[in-house]
Amino acid sequence: MSLDIKLNALEPRRQTYGNIARRYGADRPASRYDEAVLDVQADVNFHYKPLWAPEFDIFDVRRTAIQMEDWYALRDPRQYYYATYNINRADLSAAADKAFDVVAERKLLDRVDDAWKQTVQHYLIPLRHYEWGANLASFQIADEGYGTTITSAAAFCAADRLGMAQIIGRIGLELDGHQGASLDAGKDAWMNDPTFQPLRKAIEDVLVRKDWFEVFVAVHFCLDGIVHPLVYDRFDNVGYGKGGAAFTMLTEFMVSWFKDESRWVDAVLKTAAAESPDNAATLGTWAATWIPRAAEAAAPIAVSVLGDKDGSEAISELTQNLRDRAESLGLALP
Amino acid sequence: MRNVSITIQNNSDAIPIIDAIVADNPDAEAHYYPAMVKIDCPGRLVVNRDSIEERIGREFDLQELHLTLISLAGNIDEDDDTFTLAWN
Repeated sequence: MSLDIKLNALEPRRQTYGNIARRYGADRPASRYDEAVLDVQADVNFHYKPLWAPEFDIFDVRRTAIQMEDWYALRDPRQYYYATYNINRADLSAAADKAFDVVAERKLLDRVDDAWKQTVQHYLIPLRHYEWGANLASFQIADEGYGTTITSAAAFCAADRLGMAQIIGRIGLELDGHQGASLDAGKDAWMNDPTFQPLRKAIEDVLVRKDWFEVFVAVHFCLDGIVHPLVYDRFDNVGYGKGGAAFTMLTEFMVSWFKDESRWVDAVLKTAAAESPDNAATLGTWAATWIPRAAEAAAPIAVSVLGDKDGSEAISELTQNLRDRAESLGLALP
Repeated sequence: MRNVSITIQNNSDAIPIIDAIVADNPDAEAHYYPAMVKIDCPGRLVVNRDSIEERIGREFDLQELHLTLISLAGNIDEDDDTFTLAWN
């Protein structure tokens, strides 16, 4: 008996969705990322004004001073949509879980100097509340932003911030033998310790800013651009000398996250600044306002961990790095 | 000149790879069949890691090519950054 295998080519009626085909001018296969974000948000027929802001439509380009011809140009170079984002973060989070297991199993925290443990308790645990503030700020961008490319990426970022707050919380529990006293002390330091008040004031001031793009610049570029490298790089390096390698493992998530997140932040700022000189000037003004605010906010923490000289040097280096980064992205710093 | 060719599954993982190959090799011709794409190119065909990374937005290990690769014709020269097909 012979089998005759016949080949039947079935051409799909459409290669992609109408909104994608209209944008590309041709019906050709698009990436999952394009299909997940492009022109997904409603932009016409807003019958009802939001009661909380009746001067605007529900989605409104006038909510920010930045103007874009096409808001969907603010693409995420990581191309995160539900699947890619979750796969990536599941890997990071599995690595973090593993690190906690190893640290607990090998009792690595017992090898850390007691003084350094107290220092970590002092600078790290209160930052749960910084991450939570940044979570609210990211959700504000997701809520008021225009275009799914920026709002979906901001919502993912907001979820990351809760994840990092949880990791910090778990480190606190490791430090106090799972009693929770460390977290209470962290909250108390965030609310009352003079070292943290400038940072707390900075992030709380961000929360009442009306322009969501300014919030983006203030938190994701300026505050993160100083706080993250300071805490997870500079402080961590000092910890090595004091047996603090265990904390490097436990905070590896934040280091990987910051690298990943910076690609998105840089791409968004670069595209928005390249759109028009007005945008570049507005972004530059915001950066020039918030970089010094961020530096001032982080300075007391830097000094309390690194000492007067090294602390202020670290802050001025990080500030300079951030200014260079802003200029390389085309922000017109005044 | 003899053709070299690379045949890749036609799925969403492969779209950026196919786009990168076609963009980097102006002489290459992509033939679409059910479930696969055969790319022919006279003489020499290069797959660049950079161009694929640019399209998928993450780091790409050229060995990941094998997850969608069906068949090859040509002698292979590969390193971390490029995967080249040519006849010796």
